[in-house]
Amino acid sequence: MKRLDHAEAASRFIASTAHEAFHDQRLWDLRQKRDREAHHIPEWEALRELASRIKEHTLSNLAGYLEAFERNATANGVKVHWARDAAEHNQIVHDILSERSAKTLVKSKSMLTEECDMRPFLEARGIEVIETDLGERIQQLDDEPPSHIVVPAVHKLRGDVSEVFARTLGTEPGNEDVHYLAESQRRTTRPYFLAAEAGMTGANFAVAETGAFVVCTNEGNADLSANLPKLHIASIGIEKLIPRTEHLGVFIRLLSRSALGSPITQYTSHFRSPREGAEMHIVLVDHGRSARLGMADFWPALKCIRCGACMNTCPVYRRSGGLSYGATYSGPIGVIIDPTFDIRKYSNLPFASTLNGSCTSVCPVKINIHEQIYKWRRVMSEKRQLPLVKKATMKAAGQVFGSPRLYRAAISATGMAIEGLPRFAIYNWFNKWGRQREVPDAPEATFRAWYLKNRGGR
Amino acid sequence: MKVGLFIPCYVDAFFPEVGIATLEILEHCGLDVSYPLDQTCCGQPMGNSGCQDDAAPAEALFVKNFKEFDYIVGPSGSCVHHIRAHFDAIPQTEEVTKLRAATYELVEFLHDVVKLKAFPWAEFPHKVGLHNSCSTLRALRTASASEIDEPPFSKPMNLLRQVRGIEFVTPARPDECCGFGGTFSVFEEPVSAKMGYDKVNDHARAGAEYIVSADMSCLMHQKGCAERLGVRVKFIHIAQILNGARA
Repeated sequence: MKRLDHAEAASRFIASTAHEAFHDQRLWDLRQKRDREAHHIPEWEALRELASRIKEHTLSNLAGYLEAFERNATANGVKVHWARDAAEHNQIVHDILSERSAKTLVKSKSMLTEECDMRPFLEARGIEVIETDLGERIQQLDDEPPSHIVVPAVHKLRGDVSEVFARTLGTEPGNEDVHYLAESQRRTTRPYFLAAEAGMTGANFAVAETGAFVVCTNEGNADLSANLPKLHIASIGIEKLIPRTEHLGVFIRLLSRSALGSPITQYTSHFRSPREGAEMHIVLVDHGRSARLGMADFWPALKCIRCGACMNTCPVYRRSGGLSYGATYSGPIGVIIDPTFDIRKYSNLPFASTLNGSCTSVCPVKINIHEQIYKWRRVMSEKRQLPLVKKATMKAAGQVFGSPRLYRAAISATGMAIEGLPRFAIYNWFNKWGRQREVPDAPEATFRAWYLKNRGGR
Repeated sequence: MKVGLFIPCYVDAFFPEVGIATLEILEHCGLDVSYPLDQTCCGQPMGNSGCQDDAAPAEALFVKNFKEFDYIVGPSGSCVHHIRAHFDAIPQTEEVTKLRAATYELVEFLHDVVKLKAFPWAEFPHKVGLHNSCSTLRALRTASASEIDEPPFSKPMNLLRQVRGIEFVTPARPDECCGFGGTFSVFEEPVSAKMGYDKVNDHARAGAEYIVSADMSCLMHQKGCAERLGVRVKFIHIAQILNGARA
């Protein structure tokens, strides 16, 4: 797969100044709300530490907890399926639906089904899939993937939404009233809830000791999707396990505060067994997670509870937009997960970071995100995934900085005439630096020259 | 106490006045300071790019230049952070690990080791916005970060508050990264420049005449952005102010 050019995609996003400014400010507002909530709770840092340890413990004993979850869910009357990868997941879901002649599936947001590319798979087989959450629905109607894992259409302005709805839902062209638009989406989605034979949700947490799972939402569509049709399918990544119900007390307190800066989501729904006369299925999905669990430097990424706080705080993400990452997961968490799906395609992503570390500081489960980004850079270099110009620049820089003589020659004249550096590397460097910035003036003398002149006798 | 003066390559090449101020403060403290003449770079650009093999010669040379000192002090949070946290392209002998632990960023060295409490020679009658680099803020931890629920503290502010006549202004996003990021500034140029523009505008809106920092690389980037934008704000390294620069 061709290497994704994040810088180029980001420059297109920045070029639309209104979009970039809104996106940056909207997400920065979420970060500030998150700060206010976090600083409100004296034990916040202790909660993060606790959440991290619970996740580390669970991941270290994952097989046992998964088996316990399956056992308990099955005892509750739920049918549990195991999917090794996206293809198996999609096939399982399709089989469940087609065996029951289900033609319409209403679903609430699930990053896992995005990851599995489930919608096109089902649609190609004659099943209509309706995203019922506002942001996800906007993205579905515009035929774009979500740009953010919590607020999927945050890169769009209300005018964009108005245009999409006018084109696809027949709303009044030019009407950008937020309430009108939201109400239009709600009105057009409701009939699907009543007509659909099947509903799908993801899960935020799956509790091993009870076999129950918990879905946290703000719009309530997960509850409609799960409770109106006679068939509820939940797709759950195997890393969503937690050992006991009491652990929810830690995670629920962290999740929405980290995500949106609200104390809790509007709905925290616990699903345990099917309603009378209805069916409940759980698909437990691996899709690369076991392999990630075996990666010494990168397994802590599996602690992620998908709150999006790292994205909201990331100054690069805020200015480049989620779509510039070209993957299901964008922002800092995407940078450390995406290469496990396709190392070549996502080889540039670890460099789409200033390594500022803000992501790590806000992460509610204390994933060392920026340190993993740093380590991914080494992996990209070791696996020969660096672009030629970067590789050549670093090789030459390494030679210059490894030799006092070459180094002094390099900076003595103008600061630019660098012996031994390939010309294309020099020009690439200064052209890019100078495109929107002034180059610093070279002083009359270097510090070293000054030192020799003024402290020369020492 | 023998102190090795570590002047990063870009300070040597572009900002000798920052090196001079650093040297003079350390001398002022009565320390035995010297500057190894064969120094080049700490290896950070190559290390941060994932190129360990290319970082190794610079790191080996750094050790050769600085191994004899009790302390190594440099006016750059990001370079010192590289040495403390990432300087592992070469074998980690006892000599290397000792050197890594003995390397200090100027502010933390003055604050924690020398414990300098007053700068009677320093006066800076200007409105100043402090830019804490991400390396000093979240890695070396010389100041509290807004994301973390912790009591506020700031070593650079503790020092700057001793300067006569200085006034502080606070931008709307004091902890936001300025977008320099080393090679990021070139390989992710569009985002880097936008972050730099936002940073200097934020300080200008807050009324800063000067942006001061312990990291000249952030300032080099911000200065380039401000000059291109036509934003009238000036840039100065914290060492210069503490050493008595008036403007």
